[in-house]
Amino acid sequence: MTHDAWIALLAGIGGGALRVGVPFLFVSLGECLTEKSGRINLGLEGVLVLSAMSAFGAAYLSGNAWVGVLAGALAGAALAALHGALCALPRVNDVATGIALMLLGTGLAFYFGKPLMQPQAPQIPAIDLGRWSDAPALQAALQINALLPLGLALAVLLWWGFARTRYGLLLRLAGDSAHAARALGYSVQGIRLIATTCGGMIAGLGGASLTLYYPGSWNEGISSGQGLIAVALVIFARWSPLRCVGAAALFGAAGAVGPALQSVGISWGYNLFNTVPYVLTLLILVASCRPGTVAQGSPGELSNNS
Amino acid sequence: MRTALQDALLPVGAIAAALLLFGALVALSGVNPLDVWRTLFLGAFGDWFSWQNTLQRAAPLMLTALCVVLPARAGLVVIGGEGALVLGGLACAALPYAVPLPENVLGTALVLGAGALAGALWIALVGWLRQARGVNETISSLLLAYIAIGVFKHLVEGMLRDPSSLNKPSTYALAEGLRIGGIGGSDVHWGLVLGVLACLASGLWLQQTASGFAVRVVGGNLRAAQLVGLPANALVLVACAAGGACAGLAGAVEVAAVHTNANASLIAGYGYAGILVAFIARQSPYAVIPVAILFGGFGAAGSLLQRRLGLPDASVQVLQGIAFVLILASEALRDVRWLAPKWRST
Repeated sequence: MTHDAWIALLAGIGGGALRVGVPFLFVSLGECLTEKSGRINLGLEGVLVLSAMSAFGAAYLSGNAWVGVLAGALAGAALAALHGALCALPRVNDVATGIALMLLGTGLAFYFGKPLMQPQAPQIPAIDLGRWSDAPALQAALQINALLPLGLALAVLLWWGFARTRYGLLLRLAGDSAHAARALGYSVQGIRLIATTCGGMIAGLGGASLTLYYPGSWNEGISSGQGLIAVALVIFARWSPLRCVGAAALFGAAGAVGPALQSVGISWGYNLFNTVPYVLTLLILVASCRPGTVAQGSPGELSNNS
Repeated sequence: MRTALQDALLPVGAIAAALLLFGALVALSGVNPLDVWRTLFLGAFGDWFSWQNTLQRAAPLMLTALCVVLPARAGLVVIGGEGALVLGGLACAALPYAVPLPENVLGTALVLGAGALAGALWIALVGWLRQARGVNETISSLLLAYIAIGVFKHLVEGMLRDPSSLNKPSTYALAEGLRIGGIGGSDVHWGLVLGVLACLASGLWLQQTASGFAVRVVGGNLRAAQLVGLPANALVLVACAAGGACAGLAGAVEVAAVHTNANASLIAGYGYAGILVAFIARQSPYAVIPVAILFGGFGAAGSLLQRRLGLPDASVQVLQGIAFVLILASEALRDVRWLAPKWRST
């Protein structure tokens, strides 16, 4: 490969980390918040697809991308609230409910999203960080999604909130020891319902950035397992919102390997390179899990600990 | 007795409620729910043509549901049956590339066996990752399903591609003699018999044999199983491999009976629908048979809903999702006094 091709490849992967990483960031922050309260939401995959469709539909109908972002967040919150409410019922398992909502969320999104395949919706504006450079590849790579600063701010806010506020302490209490929270007179189910709903709302922002930012269209393959990868990503980030940022960038870069290679003319193994994020996730899980022990930083009440 | 009645009534009630809710949803889009229910019934069980379509879809559903049921009885929530199905279909189509096969029943058994073996190894990997490395099987199985689909596309669009398949990359078609035919000249193929037999065999294994009982002990209480000296790791691997073999067989049957070659049509979501079937059947291999026929019927009616009433093709997926949510929620009703049996396990 020539020098220029290498630059284009690296810029493609780096730009991909910024672009593909944004949905990952929001979904992993949402999952992190949910899991901190002691519950797993595998249904975030459904949340992501449904909010992506809702955001696109609302932006298309209203002509305003930010209305779309709001609709995405609300749709995500609604589906996650359903998860939270179902899990609060006796004998209802959170993993099984997550699988069900994955199916329901994608089904509803495809059902209502059918008329949205053709039209173009207004897009979230891009922030241009690459103006100093005169390499077009770098300029393109450094166009960042206007939701990215919001995601970074949320990560810091969650980190600070978990560590420093009364609500954060309550959340961690519900996640680490439901008995203790109950003994202090708090409703564990109530805390988890709120955390799951807020987590879905944050993940909904990720859905909005899937359809309202490059490539910026709604189709049925919009998310392929990103909501699930987020579950593994949170394990990798050891349940820290700040580490979620780095993990999301890494997964974004992994997801950009295939398209970046294709853009410099290497089309061999395109389908294989597209599986890089899944392989990476699996390897990270293998490296970070030990049989019979609990992952470091894991909330004590999480059902995958047993 | 009351428990058995409850076990039957709760899922039936949940599906009925799901149909009601689905009717309300389509009413929102301006379609008469009565028409929808009638079309669902006609498309699924209305005439012999519908029945053939329904049973053709029920066959892979039974097998992929077993890929959830068998690991579940050993205590694992495996949801990546789609990966085993896809690789099973690929192995079935690829075996004739590697070795010359007799074009008779033996050859058919060999290509189906290759599919089952591929699926068994794939899901056994999930079980091994869980037992040896502590990796959550729900997540790993789904990740492996995405990886399997990537590998499938890579090979079908590359090495194994039949150059004459221009628009839709496919492998070479299986030779006539290797395919599975219809039963008595109908569209219902022998894969249905394989599916039913697999369900019955799984049920007998779990209920009537010592090793099946041991699997259920491991799934019910791992600590107790270890205390009495059961080889828990091996049993989990066996349950996963058996489930994976079923899903792999489903893929092989789809190739040998329906598509005749491996192409992207194989990735049709049977693996995911199988999860739903397994949960509605309450992880009982026997109950999988009627539930798979019911949901095969809903799948068959999907295209009729689309053609007659102009509903989106995802309608059936919505119905499935609603049914799944309600079936899980119905578990909570077990605590309602007038529904609950006198003896409770928890």
